[in-house]
Amino acid sequence: MISLAGRDILHSWSKFVLTGIGLGLLIGVTLTMAGVYRGMVDDAKALLNNSGADLWVVQQDTQGPYAESSSIHDDVYRSLLSLPGVARAANVTYLTMQVRLDNTDVRAMVVGFEPGQPGEPGYLIAGRHITRNHYEAVADVKTGFQLGDTIRIRRHDYRVVGLTKRMVSSGGDPMVFIPLKDAQEAQFLKDNDAILNERARTAANPTLNRPGVPGLLEAIQASQNANRNVNAVLVQVSPGSPPETVANEVRRWKHLQAFTRVQMEEILVAKLIATSAKQIAMFLVILAVVSAAIVAFIIYTMTLGKIREIAVLKLIGTRNRTIAGMILQQALGLGLIGFLVGKISATVWAPFFPKYVLLEPGDAVRGFVVVMLICALASTLAIRAALRVDPATAIGG
Amino acid sequence: MDGFGIRIEGLSKRYGEGDTAVDALKDVNMNVAPGEVVGLIGPSGSGKSTLLKCLGAVIEPTAGKMTLGDEVIYDNGWKIPDLRALRRDRIGFVFQAPYLIPFLDVTDNVALLPMLAGRPNGESRKRALELLEALDVAHRAKAQPSQLSGGEQQRVAIARALANQPPVILADEPTAPLDSERALSVVRILNQMAQQFNTAIIVVTHDEKIIPTFKRIYHIRDGKTFEEKGQALS
Ligand SMILES: Nc1ncnc2c1ncn2[C@@H]1O[C@H](COP(=O)(O)OP(=O)(O)OP(=O)(O)O)[C@@H](O)[C@H]1O
Ligand SMILES: [Mg+2]
Repeated sequence: MISLAGRDILHSWSKFVLTGIGLGLLIGVTLTMAGVYRGMVDDAKALLNNSGADLWVVQQDTQGPYAESSSIHDDVYRSLLSLPGVARAANVTYLTMQVRLDNTDVRAMVVGFEPGQPGEPGYLIAGRHITRNHYEAVADVKTGFQLGDTIRIRRHDYRVVGLTKRMVSSGGDPMVFIPLKDAQEAQFLKDNDAILNERARTAANPTLNRPGVPGLLEAIQASQNANRNVNAVLVQVSPGSPPETVANEVRRWKHLQAFTRVQMEEILVAKLIATSAKQIAMFLVILAVVSAAIVAFIIYTMTLGKIREIAVLKLIGTRNRTIAGMILQQALGLGLIGFLVGKISATVWAPFFPKYVLLEPGDAVRGFVVVMLICALASTLAIRAALRVDPATAIGG
Repeated sequence: MDGFGIRIEGLSKRYGEGDTAVDALKDVNMNVAPGEVVGLIGPSGSGKSTLLKCLGAVIEPTAGKMTLGDEVIYDNGWKIPDLRALRRDRIGFVFQAPYLIPFLDVTDNVALLPMLAGRPNGESRKRALELLEALDVAHRAKAQPSQLSGGEQQRVAIARALANQPPVILADEPTAPLDSERALSVVRILNQMAQQFNTAIIVVTHDEKIIPTFKRIYHIRDGKTFEEKGQALS
């Protein structure tokens, strides 16, 4: 027996291929949407992995530093170091801001870290790590900065000495790493007018500016302007200490919140990305429905165009099963063309997306199965129409 | 070969029920021998298509008996279980228009029938080519139906009707769209095939040009048949 579906597809291949391409682009969009979600999750994991931390210690009752703002004193890390199981602890700051290169602004997440400590970018694709305490920066390639560029963050210029890859915030902004002290200054820096105003206000306050206590006013003013805050402390536990136990110690004794990597991933993926994920899921549902409608419509119209042939086929003794199989195979064929076109187009255009798009083979397999199911489902309409055809209609009235 | 190709006795067909019932066929008798071509003619609404559909096993008669070769098909409300397989294996159809399957080439249009009956592709195609040869269209074996002339298409359709070597072929106005020369050639071919393959052929027609070619004609009027000897020379 020959494949009636295959012959029909070959006969009207241009119609098939064009429809398949249209469907394929839609499937490509669907696969890309899934890839966008996977990319966000993967970015979040890369962010956590590359920080090299086992615990994130943040302000009590917050889910910082990525999901909520958190502010803690920059001497906290010292007391953390005294806890059993803590091997290393280092301050970090995170601030999303505009970074200037020549005349263009790049939105970036500026990370303040202590060189050589947790929080330092894991690996560089070019250049070197920061070695000086000031005015050097390591930037993610997505910023578009190059080695040797001079970038401006608030009032200071930094030289780009190293480049990282896949270091982006959960919002997709590329990261720029600078020394902690510079970052603290950038984050909490007041402009000169504000400092003068603040000083005048303090000087005018009789409780702070007592004539009998020399040096008090200066000390207060210095403390007002010195910046003593960071967003989080990254902790590495010593080998053999379970992070969860150390985290409990921190929570119990230090009035701070501590998250393990698993919890941090949960915060990033389940909380921060959750809304985007629902957004994407909604899109996927709509795209699935639209694809189904297209396949159903195309297969149905093609079948209606063959009513006469179907009546003849039935009259000369073709089984209903064979006819249903023919229509089903055509729908699946359309789905196959569509899937191939979709997979290829998603692969081609994914790198051009501003945010990371991760096309997982598993998603492709799931997508393929779903496409085939949708096509099979969509063909039922046409199959029912074909099975209703009366073979007697092949013989004229 | 069997003593008779197709025989019907007291066949009647009623459409609908009660007040709206139409008796399209009333006690029709007919007997066509193997190798014989008979004409079936009658005015519009006389029941030609209804009779053809009963003979073709697509609608069931209300009463009467039909025998194909030595096999009883209908007998007063009883019918053989698988009419679909009967149509496939034992009845050939030729329609007003060729109604070839547009996405199969000429060979496979003919070979489809043996294939549907479960014969291997190679054997089916060999049989198809023999028939195309017999009908003088073998040179278009690889063509698509749309590339054939009307006459060629109708010859392919006849080859398809013969593909499973059925004892009977039903032709529904097979010459309607053809000019008189081609119409006569189709009738000549049908006669030739009836002889060659020992097939009983019933041709429903309005076509004045071909009526004189039948040796035997069944007239049908108001659902009743009358037999008439044709003028055709043997
Ligand atoms: N499905 C049906 N339901 C009810 N009545 C029908 C049906 N089909 C045919 N008839 C009636 O049966 C009678 C015979 O119809 P039939 O189609 O067999 O005529 P015909 O000889 O083929 O006519 P024509 O030459 O116009 O094609 C007509 O009165 C017709 O109205
Ligand atoms: Mg009719």
